[in-house]
Amino acid sequence: MKFLEKCDFHDAIVDGSPIVIGFIPIAMAFGILCKSANLNLMASVSFSLFVFAGASQFIAVNLLIAGASMGEIILTTLLVNMRHVLFSASISPKLSSQMRKDIPFIAFGLTDETFSVASLKDKELTNSYMLTLEGMAYSSFVIGTFLGYVLGGILPIIVQVSMGIALYSLFVAILVPELKKSKKVLILVVSSGLVNSFLTKLAHIPQGWSIVITILFVSFLGVIIPLKKEGSNE
Amino acid sequence: MSKIYVLILGMFIVTYLPRLLPFFLVSGKKLPRKLEEFLRYIPYTALGALIIPGFIDAIPGHKIVAVVGIIIAFMLSFIRNSIVIPVLGSIGICMLLLSLGL
Repeated sequence: MKFLEKCDFHDAIVDGSPIVIGFIPIAMAFGILCKSANLNLMASVSFSLFVFAGASQFIAVNLLIAGASMGEIILTTLLVNMRHVLFSASISPKLSSQMRKDIPFIAFGLTDETFSVASLKDKELTNSYMLTLEGMAYSSFVIGTFLGYVLGGILPIIVQVSMGIALYSLFVAILVPELKKSKKVLILVVSSGLVNSFLTKLAHIPQGWSIVITILFVSFLGVIIPLKKEGSNE
Repeated sequence: MSKIYVLILGMFIVTYLPRLLPFFLVSGKKLPRKLEEFLRYIPYTALGALIIPGFIDAIPGHKIVAVVGIIIAFMLSFIRNSIVIPVLGSIGICMLLLSLGL
């Protein structure tokens, strides 16, 4: 194993800010949705405070509006968040032994975004990096929920709608340096995009399952189909 | 406790446990090489699936704007090794296109 430079607090601020940019408008939209569903402020903020899983919170409140049962909502939440099992398993070997004590917090703050950013970081992960990165994402989500509930749609609609691209751009920006390094990464990314498109658009598999199936299937193919690791630094 | 907080508690449990338990299953052990390799591919396959096809609906009702936004993000991250610049650049281009009525 190569010795990598350690991530510091500064890295976390730089890497966390685009997540904040992406999270604020989403969290505000969630606050607005809660208000329209006649939830009180404390319950609305509690969703973000305790659950902290964007997509499933939207689904839950929409199901609540539709009159779904509590069991149904909880089951749907479990399904939508199953991919996190894979994320935690994947990032776990990258945490050093002195990071173990913070695992309860690191695990709580693991989202699509914090997982992607931290996993593809080209430096050794540290407690302060993980906790700062996740803390920024978490607090922006909680504060955004509060602001959305209290202020409603204060952002001009064009600004608000345009910010919908932010998290996708974030994912692209994390990937591009990796694509430059290795052809295998490109093949993995494109294949999973294709498999996921097929599953959601043609086979109509629910979103929660399709992403899990895609990750398992394509990662497995990556293991059994050997490719020359040209240009990769492994 | 009102019903909504019971729901939030339930959602907390089914969200937190999938995030937490794998750390204890995978940690500290020497994993088989194939499994280690499999776990190493997950960020890439996850990102592929998180971006495609979802990005196409990033700007509801404006697929072309979303596509241009992603292309700009791609180009900017190719030129500059940064996350903030592609994110802000793509938001900017989407705002521009939307205000032009696209």
